[in-house]
Amino acid sequence: MTELAIELRGISKAFGPVQANKDISIQVTKGTIHGIIGENGAGKSTLMSILYGFYKADRGDILIDGKLTAIPDSQAAIAAGIGMVFQHFKLVENFTVLENIVLGAEDGPWLAPSLSKARKELKSLAEEYELNVDPDAVIENIGVGMQQRVEILKALYRQADILILDEPTGVLTPAEADHLFRILRNLKAEGKTIILITHKLREIMDVTDTVSVMRRGEMTATVKTADTSPTELAELMVGRKVLLRVEKTPATPGAKILEVRDLRVVDEKGVERLRGIDLDIHAGEILGIAGVAGSGQSELLEVLGGYRNGHGKIVMNGQSIDLTGARSDGQSRRARGIAHVPEDRQREGLIMDFHAWENVAFGYHHQDEYQRSALLMNNRALRQDAEGKIERFDVRPANCWQAAKNFSGGNQQKIVLAREIERNPDLLLIGQPTRGVDIGAIEFIHQQIVALRDAGKAILLVSVELEEILGLADRIAVMFDGRIMGERMAGTTDERELGMLMAGMTGDAA
Amino acid sequence: MDFPTLIQILDSTLRLATPLLLACLAGLFSERAGIFDIALEGKMLAAAFASGAFAAISGSAWIGLAAGIGASVMLSLLHGLASITFRGNQLISGVAINFLAAGLTVLVAQHWFQQGGRTPSLLGDGRFSPIKLPLADTLSRIPVLGPIYSELISGHSILVYVAIICVPATWYVLFRTRFGLRLRAVGENPAAVDTAGISVVGLRFAAVVICGVLCGVAGAYLATGLQAGFVKDMTAGRGFIALAALIFAKWRPWFALYACLLFGLLQALALRYQNLDIAGIAVPVQLMDTLPYILTVVILAGFVGRAVPPRAGGEPYVKER
Repeated sequence: MTELAIELRGISKAFGPVQANKDISIQVTKGTIHGIIGENGAGKSTLMSILYGFYKADRGDILIDGKLTAIPDSQAAIAAGIGMVFQHFKLVENFTVLENIVLGAEDGPWLAPSLSKARKELKSLAEEYELNVDPDAVIENIGVGMQQRVEILKALYRQADILILDEPTGVLTPAEADHLFRILRNLKAEGKTIILITHKLREIMDVTDTVSVMRRGEMTATVKTADTSPTELAELMVGRKVLLRVEKTPATPGAKILEVRDLRVVDEKGVERLRGIDLDIHAGEILGIAGVAGSGQSELLEVLGGYRNGHGKIVMNGQSIDLTGARSDGQSRRARGIAHVPEDRQREGLIMDFHAWENVAFGYHHQDEYQRSALLMNNRALRQDAEGKIERFDVRPANCWQAAKNFSGGNQQKIVLAREIERNPDLLLIGQPTRGVDIGAIEFIHQQIVALRDAGKAILLVSVELEEILGLADRIAVMFDGRIMGERMAGTTDERELGMLMAGMTGDAA
Repeated sequence: MDFPTLIQILDSTLRLATPLLLACLAGLFSERAGIFDIALEGKMLAAAFASGAFAAISGSAWIGLAAGIGASVMLSLLHGLASITFRGNQLISGVAINFLAAGLTVLVAQHWFQQGGRTPSLLGDGRFSPIKLPLADTLSRIPVLGPIYSELISGHSILVYVAIICVPATWYVLFRTRFGLRLRAVGENPAAVDTAGISVVGLRFAAVVICGVLCGVAGAYLATGLQAGFVKDMTAGRGFIALAALIFAKWRPWFALYACLLFGLLQALALRYQNLDIAGIAVPVQLMDTLPYILTVVILAGFVGRAVPPRAGGEPYVKER
């Protein structure tokens, strides 16, 4: 008979006025991979953090192996055999792999015996589950895929029987993700129970046995994976039919807008982040930059956007652009018709404590039409201007006096887009346009980008979501380790081909 | 400079470096755990006063030491309460403690002893007297090595030796024990410690208390070892110099020893050559006295190159959503 590893009964949790989890009940069968899927903000991570003792539920019971178990803190969760791999790894960056694994699970007050025991244990775990890592490598020097394995090893070293993974593939290449799934299947074969939290339908269909769907803090359905389809799950997730593909006509590229030649960037640590980038972007096309996070896309956006120095040549509308010095800042870029929607909207795109209208006005507030005199700005003109944009971009609530931090992720992004697109730029740089944005807003944002393209503007799109690149871009350049690995037309390529390029393998070798 | 003079200068270097070293190691424990502590100065001052006062009353340097440690640990707990429990700003809490110590010590000293804010001069057992190491007299006749042993290594108060022993001890605790691993982890990434099921608050309080104990010893040494009693503002910025040494040492124990010896040497030189003539020009005493402070500024201005502080330093730990 099927034994239950975990049963949650009527879990509720509120953060202030936000009800993150509403009366959630779920049963997870021992020795299975159970997927939990839902949009960003659906309450998946909160639920799992409660199970791991990171938060305390307001109401509800947790049963582990059929027994009612109180989990007031992570120590209790570990004791109950639960291990968690967080979306943002909880590793000490300048410790070795071994030190990270031992931390909190030491055998005695002295380190040496613990470390040598862990070293042995690690070796046998590596053989058993394909979890190879160098125990003496320092975390900050190894890749994210490797770091994730360290997190899994941490849990296994603590004798976890139940493993929770929160959005584990967000930072992985497709090949690394496939490796992860092999590991998960191995773990399942050994009788471990795995809970996989994700918003990616493909992963759910590939690897899970059962899937639960969450929507706005509620559990809407639990079904056998074999009995469902991606379309059905997507509907359950958002509660209505959605378009997974972006509606757009074929691009009609015009004149060359931007030309990038041999662009190089060396970062603060002396590491070369861009190793000679060559790109052309034309009017009326969307150039997508695909790549695993950290391949140099961010640096490319920052140089083009004017807040990082670089070397090389950039020509915009036939005139070259300064890459260092006083005329290389964001203001100068704007004057040349380049608008920028940064990757991290909360840190770089908005001032979170300022009002929506101020955020819409930034970067343009110094222009003559908004000056009352030599010293005074015309706030009313700026505000009226902003109000119109906020309305046209369907920002909700349409309240220009609300602080940016009090809008949802999607509406924050709309504020940034309203500011940048409404200035009618020749070139729009846009990074991670839909990160942390709910599906309804994704559609709207994609439509705006396509509309801008159709108006004959050039767009450089950077996203770590391959699906987004494939759906939105007309032409795709893949970056790996600071270089362009290759360019493909969106219509004639697929995830597999791009995935190989993202992992640094050229098409010929594949 | 002749050999006996060199020995004398190095001898006083060692004595002057001792309070710096103790304070520096105190700061090392605290900052490695992610709690910035600019209140080393205030804690040393409070400890100097408490040890001076209690040694004067009881006639025992040991009781003075205990009182000094007690006073310093109390201020540490205050810092912990403000910056760990209530997640306040660590710099502001530190500044407040420095002001508190500067004012309170003189006020209480005046009230208790009526000697213009000082404590009575300590005599006999009220001070930590120099310890003569075995065979110091016998060996002193050996050329070169003899005086080095009998003058430089032997003949310091016990607290000087304690300070030196604290260096390998700190290294061992930090890098060879479970506690040290957790302490370093909590200063780098408290979330990792929290998810591993260890109390961030507990670890940070432990670090802050160790910091208090070491500052207490440093302050007690000032009043009962280096000098004989407490005087107003007797720490004279040593807490801040210790902080500079800590950055110079990049938060590592052995480098802390070297950095503190360097600062000690400058102080010793300043004391020795109060009236220095270079090519007929008299160098003012004041300039010599400012040497250690000038070095502090130079070091803090980035002369050391990239010093990477503990990554979670200065940040109260709040669980993220």
